[in-house]
Formats: sequence, C-alpha cells, structure tokens
Amino acid sequence: MKVKVIVTPKETVLDPQGAAVREAMQHLGFSAAREVRIGRYLEIELEGDAAMQEPKLRELCRDLLSNPVIEDYRLEMPNEEK
Amino acid sequence: MKFAVIQFPGSNCDQDCLAALRSIDEIESDYVWHKETSLRGWDAIVLPGGFSYGDYLRCGAIARFSPIMRSVVQEAQSGKLVIGICNGFQILCEAGLLPGALVRNRSLHFVCEMVTTRVEAADSPFTCGMPVGTLLRLPVAHGEGCYYADERTLYELNERQQVLLRYCDETGRVVPAANPNGSVENIAGICNRERNVFGLMPHPDRACEERLGSSDGARIFESMLRSLATDRAAA
Repeated sequence: MKVKVIVTPKETVLDPQGAAVREAMQHLGFSAAREVRIGRYLEIELEGDAAMQEPKLRELCRDLLSNPVIEDYRLEMPNEEK
Repeated sequence: MKFAVIQFPGSNCDQDCLAALRSIDEIESDYVWHKETSLRGWDAIVLPGGFSYGDYLRCGAIARFSPIMRSVVQEAQSGKLVIGICNGFQILCEAGLLPGALVRNRSLHFVCEMVTTRVEAADSPFTCGMPVGTLLRLPVAHGEGCYYADERTLYELNERQQVLLRYCDETGRVVPAANPNGSVENIAGICNRERNVFGLMPHPDRACEERLGSSDGARIFESMLRSLATDRAAA
C-alpha cells in the first residue's frame, strides 16, 4: 500500500529554484507561468493497515519529512485517492 | 577546558575544528562519534561543518536524529555551551535548539569566500571580550546558508539581541551587497534566548591562524574559553 507525501515551501519563504525554473519557462515562450514553487515528493510503501499508521505518519511528516518553519506538507492516504 | 567535536557521517570540518581548538592554549579537544550517547565531562560542544548524511532530505534533517543529539539537547538545556558551525548551525535549527531555518542561497550558487561580519551583541559567551561593532573576517562555504525566520521570530531575535553576527562590508556597514546568501537582515549567526547555544554560517574554525587569511575565528573560541573560566571561578 502506497502513501504519498508532498512537501512544499511555505508561501512566505522565497523559492529561488522555482523562480529560476519559471524564468526558463518564460524563455521557452510559456509566459503563462506566473509562479513556480519546487517541493519534494515522497512515496512510502507501507505494510499493514495504512489508516492505523496515519497518526505516526503525520508525526513523521511534521518532525522529519518536512520542516514546519519553512515547509508545508500534505499526506495522501490510499483511501483519499478516489 | 574540554571541547567535544561531534562527528556525523559526512562531517568534513571536524578536523578543522579540532586543529583550531587545539591551537588555543588551555583548550583540550577530541572527537565524539555521533553514535555515542553521553557528553558528560565535556565543557563545550562543537557541531562542525560538512554534509552530514549527504544533506539528504534537508541539511541537518537526519543528523538531528543521531543518537548523540539527545544528549546535545539535554546538555544545551542544562546550560552547557554549544556552537554549531555551518552544517552544525543547520543541525541546531533542525533540532529546534535555535529558531528559524537555513534555506538555499538566494543566488542558487554555492558561495566560498572570505566575508566580514560584525559583532552585534557582546554579552554572550561567544562574543564576550569583543565590543559591539568588532569586525571579524571569516570564510563562508555553503549552498544553503540563507537564514530565514518569520516576522515574529525575527522581531524576538532583535528584541532579545540574539543576533550575534551580521554580514557587513569592510567598513562595518550592514548593507545588502555584503550579504553572501540572501539571509534575512544580513544575519550570519544567532544564539538562543538563554545565550548558551550559538549557530553561525561562517567558519571560525577555518580562520584561526594568519596564514589562512585571518585569525579572527580564534576570538570566538577564546571568548568561550573566557566565559567558561569565569563560570568555573564563580562556582
């Protein structure tokens, strides 16, 4: 069973990487890209019941997988995918 | 006084720190491997620079959970002096011992150069003996050294004079052009509220003798030594 974690820089944190990519997109003629933010995507293969492990997963998202000072995270459990 | 230099897998300034510390009279220093669990008997703790755990996930994010860190946190909370240099600063922020975080340099470039920093507060164990306005020439070498803190944290840092060093030009003016990485308000180093934990991006360990271009880094370690000696005399 696979859960997904998406970590993105907080709105208030400058993302120079995203800005550089947006500029490259504009150079390639795609002027519609107003803003690009670059984050991190994790796929976690789980054993057993995912729902049971959600509280621990949330704790890990907060303490290890993201840094709440600069990042937000979104945890996608398998049953939320429908 | 005994200074512990913590070695994480991927630390690469541990030897610089050890050499710098041992060059100072009255400082004894040795390595402590990250798998150790006690720091009893040490007077001060140094988290050196490098790329602990390959900077995987975020700089310092995994080192923060090394076995020794539990002891670092305990000792820091009991008042022991802790200094984190470069990656060590990142680890201290990740561990929550210092507020804020270090993110990708605004330029996206790895910066490796000599910078000038200005002492902003003299009443810390790391800057005692250096009046406000003292200039320290120190090298920086990092890709993720842009200090970030939200507005409220920043306000508190300023209010409590926790900013110990700011990047400045050669005449001591804190100007944007002197900021090597985009750090908010040119912040180069901060301490915690209790003033016993200090993190900075520049490397005092690489500036402890003139033939390296500057010996100003030694003044930080000497301040720590002086502060420890004063405390011991008072005890």
